[in-house]
Amino acid sequence: MIEFKNVTKTYDGKVNAVDDVSFTVPQGNIAVFLGPSGCGKTTLLRMVNRLVPITKGEIFIDGENTNSLNEIQLRRNIGYVIQSNGLFPNMTIEDNVTVVPKLLGWDKEKMRSRFFELMDLIGLKPDDFRKRYPHELSGGQQQRIGIARAMAADPPVMLMDEPFGALDPIIRSHLQKEFLQIQKEVQKTILFVSHDIDEAITMGDQVAIFKDGRLMQYDAPDDILANPANEFVSTFVGADRAIKSLGLHTVADLVNQLKVTPVAADSKQISLKTDLRQILSIFFNEGYEELVVVDEEKKPMGSITIQDVQKYLHQTNQSA
Amino acid sequence: MNGAFQYFMNNQDEVLALTLQHIQLVGLATVIAILIGVPIGIYLTTNDAVADVVLQIAAIIMTIPSIALFGLMIPVLSVINQGIGFLPALIALILYSQLPIIRNTYVAVQNVDPNMRDAAKGIGMSSWERIRMVEIPIALPVIMAGVRNAVVLSIGIGAIAAFIGAGGLGVLIDQGISRYNRDMIVVGAVGVSLLAIIADTVLGILQRVLTPKGMNINA
Amino acid sequence: MTNKRKASTFIRYFFYGIVLVFFLWAFIQGYFSLIFEQTDEFLRLLRQHVLLVLVSSLLAVGIAIPAGILVTRPAFRKLEWPVLNLANLGQTIPSIAILALVMTYLGIGFYSAVFALFVFSILPVLRNTVAGLNSVDPALKDAAKGMGFTPSQILFKVEMPNAAYPIMAGIRTAMVMNVGSAALAYLVGGGGLGDFIFTGIVMQSQEYLISGAVPVTLLAICIDFFLRFIEKITVSKGLRRSAETAEAS
Repeated sequence: MIEFKNVTKTYDGKVNAVDDVSFTVPQGNIAVFLGPSGCGKTTLLRMVNRLVPITKGEIFIDGENTNSLNEIQLRRNIGYVIQSNGLFPNMTIEDNVTVVPKLLGWDKEKMRSRFFELMDLIGLKPDDFRKRYPHELSGGQQQRIGIARAMAADPPVMLMDEPFGALDPIIRSHLQKEFLQIQKEVQKTILFVSHDIDEAITMGDQVAIFKDGRLMQYDAPDDILANPANEFVSTFVGADRAIKSLGLHTVADLVNQLKVTPVAADSKQISLKTDLRQILSIFFNEGYEELVVVDEEKKPMGSITIQDVQKYLHQTNQSA
Repeated sequence: MNGAFQYFMNNQDEVLALTLQHIQLVGLATVIAILIGVPIGIYLTTNDAVADVVLQIAAIIMTIPSIALFGLMIPVLSVINQGIGFLPALIALILYSQLPIIRNTYVAVQNVDPNMRDAAKGIGMSSWERIRMVEIPIALPVIMAGVRNAVVLSIGIGAIAAFIGAGGLGVLIDQGISRYNRDMIVVGAVGVSLLAIIADTVLGILQRVLTPKGMNINA
Repeated sequence: MTNKRKASTFIRYFFYGIVLVFFLWAFIQGYFSLIFEQTDEFLRLLRQHVLLVLVSSLLAVGIAIPAGILVTRPAFRKLEWPVLNLANLGQTIPSIAILALVMTYLGIGFYSAVFALFVFSILPVLRNTVAGLNSVDPALKDAAKGMGFTPSQILFKVEMPNAAYPIMAGIRTAMVMNVGSAALAYLVGGGGLGDFIFTGIVMQSQEYLISGAVPVTLLAICIDFFLRFIEKITVSKGLRRSAETAEAS
């Protein structure tokens, strides 16, 4: 658990880069810090491992005030991933991944087995990469290694500063999904800086939106899309926020909430796992009146129409 | 230092004449070196295999200490009775200037961003227009940096050339040493240093002037 | 393609040919005779030459690298600008001028020569150390700091290894130049193989010239090769690609 209590950062006693920010990130969650550049999200992130000193307020990690800890020890217990991956070009991939364990004085065998574990986790063959150097890897591979390195000493908390920002969209969305899979296994408490609303919706259990150093809204992605706290948030998440929010729900959610009408005519079949944003797209693109929902055994359960999607969205927005 | 100043005041004409001689030697060597080095540098961008060899050879020549190069050239040029004097000095300076000039030209032309070349073609420039309006303006500052490098180097080596009778400010150092005349040595040494510093500064300014605004080259 | 390769092979062997012809010619003319006739004197001068180079270079490296590290630390950043400008200015001053000036103030002898060579060698090492440390990607330092490296771990595990190539190149430049400058040490009574060369100039003796100049040249080339080899084994393979592109600029 990470707790921000009235955290403020002032440069030269004038501008508040971060202004009286308080919120709590529960254990095992990903909280995305979102906002335009210069909104203070990166500064706030860097205050957690004290790369930026806190002017006023406190940050607690699992109840411990970060200011009461030795900063070097503090940092060694927090994973850190940055946009340009920050891999050391002079070290092999193995040395890069095990650099923090080495600082912590682990023995060689333990480091080696940890390296193999981590490579399996991120889906790269350890023996293919062990002796290679960062410049021999693709951008996506480098970023995976960067993540493995941050997790090497198994820190409970990880800070990620636009970790996928430098990658092209296809690789980015691939790594996002992959990382969520990893997170299911490792259950870290993660602070994740992003400037991309879609990334925030995909990655975040919570999203914190900042403007000029102030926290505008801190909520689950659903709630932010359904009920933006103010004008700024609603502009920032975009006029298409309703459609974005559909991406967070699947056909199964809809079927659970609404009664599906029995199948009337033969139509395109869709699985329960399809998200509603895709469903909308299918309706528009392919011109169906209704779509047939099928269960895991491909048995038709009923059909849905575009009005059902609308109704569902309306109901969830009201309850959120 | 006072004595040296006195010496300078008393021998202004001679010092000036030696300075001019020094500038002549370095100037002539530099002009010839540019005429040889720039075309070679440009040619090398079309042939990587030759580029490797030529740059290697130029680098080896650079490692030859200047006084040793004179020592090697005197016997060879003695064959045509030119072992001592202006000619060996000139040849040595031209040789030493080749590496910085060839290398910087090569790098400068090669570093013209292919996208820029493409864009120039795309908006319909002819090859000559492209060379004149895009490649030369972009490459020139880097080539200039090489010339600057070569000139500063040549001024120093030119001072050593006085020992083989090429004249210039090194004469004051040479004669000062053999006559145990401290003031003469100081005037020679300070003169050569000032010449090098001034040349470096002037060429540095020229380099900046030649750099198109909006480009920042730290070469 | 094959023509290009042929041209490069031709140039390479043409160059080797010139060198070979020169050696044969000088040998047949008996210009190397001093090395064989005055072997003891030759060896004494060679030893003196090597000593001049080693002592002055080691002193220079020993001072320039720590100084370069110091001026790139945040606490001493203010020094960087004046130190670098001084180094740049100093490097335009010809070695002969430094030797001459040192001699007029410190007198003649081995130690004057060592001092002058030392002054002359500091600058390239210092400049390259500062440039090398400054060229290390700030993201690497940030990553290291964020992972809990101490300042000295950042310096020795991140900054120095990643700046190793320019630093080593600075040492190589300094030492190769030093071999040449040491040949001038004779003028200030510092000895070395310059003894043969200057005697040869004064006496118009090809034997003295060649017996001095060829060994000095070979010494410079050998040191260059040796330090390139050291570079290869000390600079991490992971940096080799970036090192190759850096050399051109």
